[in-house]
Amino acid sequence: MAEIVPLADAVRELVHDGDVVALEGFTHLIPHAAGHELIRQQRRELTLVRMTPDVVYDQMIGMGGARKLVFSWGGNPGVGSLHRLRDAVEHDWPEPLELEEHSHAGMAAAYAAGASGFPFGIVRGYEGSDLAKRTRVEWISCPFTGERVAAVPAIRPDVGIIHAQQADEAGNVQLWGISGVQKEVVLASARSLATVEEVVPRLEPRPNSVFLPRWTVTAVSAVRGGARPSYAHGYYARDNGFYVRWDEISRDRDHFRQWMDEHVLSRETAAV
Amino acid sequence: MTAYSADEMMAVAAARRLSDGAVCFVGIGLPSQAANLARATHAPDCVLIYESGTIGAKPEHLPLSIGDGELAETADAVVSVPEIFSYWLQGGRIDVGFLGAAQIDRRANLNSTVIGAYERPKVRLPGGGGAPEIAAWCGETFVMLRQTPRAFVEELDFLTTRGVGVSCVITDLGVLEPDEGGELTLTELHPDATVEEAREATGWQLRVAEDVRAGVPPTAEELEALRALRPANGDTVGV
Repeated sequence: MAEIVPLADAVRELVHDGDVVALEGFTHLIPHAAGHELIRQQRRELTLVRMTPDVVYDQMIGMGGARKLVFSWGGNPGVGSLHRLRDAVEHDWPEPLELEEHSHAGMAAAYAAGASGFPFGIVRGYEGSDLAKRTRVEWISCPFTGERVAAVPAIRPDVGIIHAQQADEAGNVQLWGISGVQKEVVLASARSLATVEEVVPRLEPRPNSVFLPRWTVTAVSAVRGGARPSYAHGYYARDNGFYVRWDEISRDRDHFRQWMDEHVLSRETAAV
Repeated sequence: MTAYSADEMMAVAAARRLSDGAVCFVGIGLPSQAANLARATHAPDCVLIYESGTIGAKPEHLPLSIGDGELAETADAVVSVPEIFSYWLQGGRIDVGFLGAAQIDRRANLNSTVIGAYERPKVRLPGGGGAPEIAAWCGETFVMLRQTPRAFVEELDFLTTRGVGVSCVITDLGVLEPDEGGELTLTELHPDATVEEAREATGWQLRVAEDVRAGVPPTAEELEALRALRPANGDTVGV
């Protein structure tokens, strides 16, 4: 049953050093506030999982909390490179970062398998790609037709973290708009945290929405603006200007650290 | 005649190749410009699918990211990421995919993973993303990439995506298409570009078709429609 708790308490309780943690969000509803709380609580040696690591993972990697990154596309969408990710991979700064990389189709299948309790997912991919040597994949034959397909092991994080628009007082969670792999990551993870824009007395059903019943979510924290500079459909727009500015902020190590001191470390957990 | 940029010529050349009703898997930057230009001009029924799960998106302005809110608001349906890659892409329901890359070789294989050695790269690039399965499962794939010896290489540093499904490579100089044996061959030159330039911009001995077509410059209507797609808030449109 989902408990409604302050963000700092939820992170303290759910995420431990060395955990496999997935903060998901496909451009929309990226759990930035939760990522910042992980940085403030100085979680170490994390394996970070996400299909599209962008700014918040760049920040977590640059602050030294990550040992390994499991991903399929790591960039600043529409802008360019993630400089902190690059610095970690190219120069071991601030510490070495192990990579396990997938294609989007492969990783989506691995999450769906995790959510389903299947040992692996299948994908018609990786054929002829050097990625096959760098990811976890085995080729199997379909037992019915003999067709050759790629098997990818299920992703089962210790903790899955998402941001959603709303929860109700019982801890049921609802999100709408672009829904990425948020449902899969919550169902695939041993523990889960949903930060939400607001807790409402009653959730109104919406078209195309994703509903996560209270018995699938471990904790809910109300964090208004918890996705910024990403967006929350129906609440606020994506701050495209910030993504462009991040390129400049993150390019230089000192500038980056200074920015993080000022905007993340010296701030209290976002008020409800 | 109105002046135009190399990027505009690339977007126009790609847009012209999209037939009305084509179902397109679109990435950000030039592919998104091309597909939206086609929709605004000769192909109003072109269907735009972004990998964020928006099917039939009809943005008025170019999105910065593949998940901008306008895509979801204007889409016929929004589905999950596992669904878009399984039911729609691997299910074979997409006619045209678009890809870019850091490097391409003569067989249109693409590298979007690393420059240099994998373990200690000179440049760590974003990675494969949707590319390997886009090239494998769309009916055909257009590659859009500026032609330079650094990008058009004899040997890739990493083969991210096989080039088997690539039907054309649209560059700032012209268009390359695979010949019968699958080797990229220069088949079209944009206005003012020369075969010599294209050869110099290619890191391998570039094949040139006997009858290289002369490209048609963007028309006033095409340029007007393309420029009308610029983001209203003045943000730069990225790569």
